Amino acid sequence: MTWDVVLATLAAAIKAGTPILYATLGEILAERTGILNLGLEGMMLIGALTGFLICSMTNNPWLGVLAAIISGGLLALIHAFLTITLRAQQVVSGLALTMFGMGLSGFIGKVVIGVPIAGYFRPFDFPFLSQIPFLGEVFFQQDALVYISYLLIPILSFWIYRTRPGLHMRAVGENPATADAMGISVAGIRYLYTFLGGCLAGLGGAYLSLAYTPVWLENMVAGRGWIAIALVIFASWDPFKALLGSYLFGLVDAVQFRAQALGLAVPSFFLNMTPYVATILVLVFATRETARRHLGAPAALGIPFAREEKT
Amino acid sequence: MNEKVRMEGIFKRFPGVIANDGVDLDIREGEIHALLGENGAGKTTLMCVLAGIYSPDAGTIRIDGEKALIRSPRDAIHAGIGMVHQHFMLVAPYSVAENVTLGLNKPRFLLNERKLEAEVGKVAQSFGIQVDPHAKIWQLSVGEQQRVEILKSLYRGAKILILDEPTAVLTPQEVRELFATLRQMAKAGHTLVIISHKLEEVMSLSDRISIMRKGKRIATVNTKDTNPTELARLMVGREMLFELHKEKATPGDEVLSFCNLHALSDKGLPALRDISLSVRSKEIVGIAGVAGNGQRELAEVITGLRSATSGKVLVNGKDVTNNSPRQVIDQGVAHIPEDRKGAGTAPNLCVLDNLMLKCYRVEPFKNGPLLNLGRIREFAAKLVKQFQISTPSLETPVKLLSGGNVQKLILAREIATFSELMIAVHPTRGLDVGATEDVHQMLLEQRSKGAAILLISEDLDELLALSDRIDVIYEGKFMGEVPADADQIETIGLMMAGKKGEIQQPVPAGIRAQA
Amino acid sequence: MSIFLEKRAQSSRLLSALAPLLAIILALLMGAIIIALSGTNPWEAYREMFVGAFGSGYALSETMVKTIPLILCSLGVGIAFRATLWNIGAEGQLYMGAFAAGGIALAFPQGQGWWLIPLMVLASLVGGALWGLIPGLLKAKLNVNEIITSLLLNYVAILWFQYWIYGPWKDPLGYGFPYTAPFGEGAWLPTLAGTRIHLGLAFAVLAALFLYFLLKSTRVGYEIRIIGENPQAARYAGMNIPGAILLVFAISGGLAGLAGMGEISGVIHRLQPAISPGFGYTAIIIAWLARFNPWLTIAVSFLFGGLLVGGYSLRAFGLSDSLVLILQGLILFLLLGGDILTRYRLRWKGGRA
Repeated sequence: MTWDVVLATLAAAIKAGTPILYATLGEILAERTGILNLGLEGMMLIGALTGFLICSMTNNPWLGVLAAIISGGLLALIHAFLTITLRAQQVVSGLALTMFGMGLSGFIGKVVIGVPIAGYFRPFDFPFLSQIPFLGEVFFQQDALVYISYLLIPILSFWIYRTRPGLHMRAVGENPATADAMGISVAGIRYLYTFLGGCLAGLGGAYLSLAYTPVWLENMVAGRGWIAIALVIFASWDPFKALLGSYLFGLVDAVQFRAQALGLAVPSFFLNMTPYVATILVLVFATRETARRHLGAPAALGIPFAREEKT
Repeated sequence: MNEKVRMEGIFKRFPGVIANDGVDLDIREGEIHALLGENGAGKTTLMCVLAGIYSPDAGTIRIDGEKALIRSPRDAIHAGIGMVHQHFMLVAPYSVAENVTLGLNKPRFLLNERKLEAEVGKVAQSFGIQVDPHAKIWQLSVGEQQRVEILKSLYRGAKILILDEPTAVLTPQEVRELFATLRQMAKAGHTLVIISHKLEEVMSLSDRISIMRKGKRIATVNTKDTNPTELARLMVGREMLFELHKEKATPGDEVLSFCNLHALSDKGLPALRDISLSVRSKEIVGIAGVAGNGQRELAEVITGLRSATSGKVLVNGKDVTNNSPRQVIDQGVAHIPEDRKGAGTAPNLCVLDNLMLKCYRVEPFKNGPLLNLGRIREFAAKLVKQFQISTPSLETPVKLLSGGNVQKLILAREIATFSELMIAVHPTRGLDVGATEDVHQMLLEQRSKGAAILLISEDLDELLALSDRIDVIYEGKFMGEVPADADQIETIGLMMAGKKGEIQQPVPAGIRAQA
Repeated sequence: MSIFLEKRAQSSRLLSALAPLLAIILALLMGAIIIALSGTNPWEAYREMFVGAFGSGYALSETMVKTIPLILCSLGVGIAFRATLWNIGAEGQLYMGAFAAGGIALAFPQGQGWWLIPLMVLASLVGGALWGLIPGLLKAKLNVNEIITSLLLNYVAILWFQYWIYGPWKDPLGYGFPYTAPFGEGAWLPTLAGTRIHLGLAFAVLAALFLYFLLKSTRVGYEIRIIGENPQAARYAGMNIPGAILLVFAISGGLAGLAGMGEISGVIHRLQPAISPGFGYTAIIIAWLARFNPWLTIAVSFLFGGLLVGGYSLRAFGLSDSLVLILQGLILFLLLGGDILTRYRLRWKGGRA
């Protein structure tokens, strides 16, 4: 294998990791406030479809992305209403969201299956930075949405750990009763971040249909939502580690794809299994690590909060 | 003194219970007002209404004579009300400074830890509260955490401070420090409300006392015009009988012994450090100590729920160290767990299901892989009758029973299925006087029948009344053993605070319990 | 003014009974809006669905055919729920059961012995159970979240299944289509005269009986109920929790595997790349709707079998049968909301109520 192939594979890994990265970041936001949203897959699908539809109508991928963000967020609000206001079972609600998202995207998307679009996100050389040897080729000959994700990581990390709203957000996930007693609106914060989490999942979906493979296919998210949920645990709810995890998966994806293209002796079915199997392995190790080092999940994750209820 | 708070006709209903039934209460500026009553009398509910945690179904609140609409903790904070809950409202992974300023909008966006800590430290100093603003909550002792809670309210400019059972988790010495701080605050013009069910405490601290019973305020008295006997009568509605008939101990063979035991807490920190003890049949050995000093871990290690990192546990001479809970149970060890609803029962399941929790796998209740439901039903019905568990039927979910009846159910089950050793952890916590007496009687009965009992409790009165000897645990170590004698209370207190072998001081009359 | 919830002292019996019904009706209404927006008359679409599912003897029998795997999968998911375990992997376990049973059938193309069907049943139970044991083992031994692992294994199982059909097991006489050779008739489950309803129905009913008995009268069933209600109490009582988790996952997976066997041996009579329209996922809703009660599971499965069959009739309208998935999602949403309202009262806070 030549150096070029290595660089191209790494660049492809970034590209393949980006939709997972957006979704993982979204899930981190929601889970940090105590809301487990297993509906990522559904929100990503809706995001992918909405983005694609709007882009194909307006020929403007940015409008498509915007629509995807909004639609992902709106879908998350269903989950928010059920789990925060009605205190419903978060796992079931998330599964319902996934089914609903799958169904709705399949139902509406039927008309645009295989339709090509003209305006989608194309890679471009980032001024100056793309000239850096090695790094430039891998990281800075990407499309705009990838560059935005680079920015998002430090912003979110800063927000979560270094600001007052971040402190409040984490407090809600750690100890909602205390946050409430201190006059923080637990429900308000949970709604906000569940919504934002949905927005990012929608954006991740749109990346698939507007940049990664600019077409619409039914169920095109293909389990990436679930991989993202597993990655949140791997990343121990930290944006930078989410970046690491997502690119790792992008790499698995890219290598698998390349191996297929090279006509490797392993049947494609087995190569296609690798991301899922790898996720399970990662989950096993992350869980052990979490248990060993007591890097807990947000203490109130998955638990509804009601001020007047004694538990 | 001016009237600071007036609550009128406060009515609060929870599903199935009326917690506050039209309560009127007035609290004067600068006083220490005690709210006295048994568990379940509605004291905490009433104060939670004042602090905006619960919204009342009816009633009004006036602050400084003006009607105040308190519908959330935020409203309460604005009205100058702060509350220190029994279970502290602190975020464990955060620092003191972060906890104190949680929910405030200053600084609005950027967190400058150092500046924040300096500011919190300054405020703490101005109130004479000693605490390190940089420390993380989980590193602090319970007493320190309480100070953080108080500081949190003061930092928000609270003029009215409510403390819910503030002494429950403190050593007698820490209690004295706390009281001194509170008196100082009152002198400085703060209004304090102390929720308590301890007569001596209320007598020695408060200016006025309001007594609550069954959701109603029964009376309000000036502390200097009353005495504990009167308070007890008002609180319980009858004369309190705390005369337990305890025969002299005649210990038999050693049943439980453990030596050089070490174990880790959930956080992976050392929780038990090299402790040894033996308990013989026909005796009750009490373990005293402030909560969180290894009591829970000790009970769990003995019963197989937690593994020991080193050391040995012997039951009837047989090594059961790090055996599974099942193996320990099979050795005839009964366990009344700390948490009735968390571990002792499955609240959604019925009385029958809960009574068979430990016997379902032994003859004659099993039938190969099947359950012998007929036998089990007979057995359960017998227990319900024998232990006077008041339940509508065997099919009633346990969550609908009162705390006292749940505890009786657990005791019945444990007594019926064990033979020689019982580990009882906080067996009367949260029970009313009547149920407490029943539980005490049952334990003493088991003792005279030949059981060895290890009694872990925070309630010194209970330990003194039931135990034959008391060991004090502090940070996972035994500080020493004393006979269960009321004269020893000061020594026990010192040991609970980690001080060993200091000169005995004369016991102040106020602390030696008479009730 | 804001909404808030007040806990009821006891959950309302009437509402608990009505909630699932209301959820289904409301979901259909919302679905109607979606259909209308897509430019079709919802009334006609629903009528078509209803007729397609329940409107004739043939329709009813077809609905029953779909009901069989749904019952088996839902029972499996339900028993896991009873122990508060989430088996989202019934779909993959179904495929693995079909793979194991299919392997047997293909190995004995001429097989006419009485033993062939029992052997296939056994193989499917083992295949499904083993696949279910993977998330079970990870959960029991390493405390790895079983929701994610069981779900991801679905993708793996289906790819595995397809590998054999596209590869080693492809019918050499199949003109390159991705099918295996048809099974010998000895590997076919007997069917009810004139319909496609197969013996799997008896398996399903037996499985329901088995679970009912297991939970009610056996020691391990009691342990499962205690673990589901309060794992801490189970540990305190000295129960073997990891063992129970493994058992539950094995039963759960085995039942789903049996469903797969029923599909290939009773309906399709060979292996093809897709043998389930998401029975394993629908089972989650059914189990939830039926409150994990084995008898209710049968009834609810029939309803959802009808929904699936009815969904196929939608194609005549040029509508995607994804509508079925939408309806399922909506039912689950509404059920969740409704569930809460049986336990709480909805109140408006503003002035004094």
